[in-house]
Amino acid sequence: MKLVVVAGTPGSGKTSVLMHTVKDLKRSGLHPALVKIDCMWTEDDVRFKRLEVPVSVGLSRDMCPDHYAIYNIDEMMEWASAEGADVLLNETAGLCLRCAPYPDQCLAICVIDATTGPNTPLKIGPLLTTADVTVMTKGDLISQAEREVFRERILEANPGCRIVEANGLSGKGSSELAEIILGWPDTTGEMVLRHNPPLAICTLCTGELRVSKEHHRGVLRHLNGFSEYTGE
Amino acid sequence: MSLKLTIKGGMDKDGNPDAVDEIEIEPGEIIGIVGPTGSGKSTLIADIEQFAARDTPSGRSILIDGEEPDREMRTDPRKKLVAQLSQNMHFLADMSVEDFLRMHAKSRGKNGSTASRVIELANTLTGEPIDPRHPLTILSGGQSRALMTADIAVISDSPIVLIDEIENAGIRKQEALRLLAGEGKIVVVVTHDPMLALMASRRIVMRNGGITKVICTTEHEHQVFREIEQVDGWLTRLRETLRQGEVVA
Repeated sequence: MKLVVVAGTPGSGKTSVLMHTVKDLKRSGLHPALVKIDCMWTEDDVRFKRLEVPVSVGLSRDMCPDHYAIYNIDEMMEWASAEGADVLLNETAGLCLRCAPYPDQCLAICVIDATTGPNTPLKIGPLLTTADVTVMTKGDLISQAEREVFRERILEANPGCRIVEANGLSGKGSSELAEIILGWPDTTGEMVLRHNPPLAICTLCTGELRVSKEHHRGVLRHLNGFSEYTGE
Repeated sequence: MSLKLTIKGGMDKDGNPDAVDEIEIEPGEIIGIVGPTGSGKSTLIADIEQFAARDTPSGRSILIDGEEPDREMRTDPRKKLVAQLSQNMHFLADMSVEDFLRMHAKSRGKNGSTASRVIELANTLTGEPIDPRHPLTILSGGQSRALMTADIAVISDSPIVLIDEIENAGIRKQEALRLLAGEGKIVVVVTHDPMLALMASRRIVMRNGGITKVICTTEHEHQVFREIEQVDGWLTRLRETLRQGEVVA
């Protein structure tokens, strides 16, 4: 089975672009299944179900949605396989955007909104730098020159990636994306992540509400960059 | 570099076919697009800009020298054949004028030193001069238009130039058009302005998202154009007098 992981900033148009791509994939004879990972609430499964493809939702609730998505990949693929799918599309919620929830064998797609300004590609980190494809959305709202500068900034951050200019409203770019997915190989054997997620084992993760540093344990980093370990 | 541009008809907002199967545009031609607001003029311009291949809502396709351009020509700015001056000129970029132009030059495979030429040229079109150190976001509408016009003449120097309503920009429109058109370029200009519309050798008429006809500018219209040119010259001088805080003699 092919695995496609779609990540990106909130509101960048991941779901809209994916909706058009699913239609193109079906036209090409593929059987896509979708898993939408979100934190608290989503209605996207209703939108996706209109496309008449198997849809499943995972809510991470009090856990980091990307971490939750990562260790549930096997389960998702088993489900998709049972549904008769040959490609699993996993749309992740993304939270701090420091995670790159891409296993090595997946097709990693990063979606970014071009109206957020040309410094955005430099701020995102591994989510963009380890992606195979970067989808640039909302380009119709800015000038050609700004679009070209944005593109250049994406290539500065990730020189090897393929850029697809897409429009979630008109469906522009979705056929190109579907073509890339069609040509992507199936996964085999065990997968590893392309990049480590941030260190996040701290007292806050286990529910500590008090702010002051004296109540926190584990690896703590000061504003000046100094890291210390407190605990046993 | 010159080439032939072909627009293959698609459909309007209700799915009715365009009234023409194809429109061929030769190098050196200025062609207008006219029609009421919301009639699909900007959509047609967008189809040309992205070399639509029946993958936009209009279903149109664009051919270059009679053939469908390959994907790289559609997307890679270094190989792009189209420069566009659009209505969308909000500048969301948090950069200085000079940094932005240098980055744009790089994206088009040009030397960064072209940035100062762009600013120099822009300042011949606009009232208050643009400072290279200014953040892009503080430029006025007219300054932004002037800057992008100069950018197209210097950095995005391409055989096909698309212009969306240059008349509302508060810059010297004829000078701007002359700069943009250059030698042997195809110029497609969306306009509500009678002078610009009649300056074109043909004009595409839009309604409800579709192309309804293509009109060749008549001999009589050429005559009318010369009359408008005189009136426009008079208006421009009046505008300049008032702008400079003087009293009309």
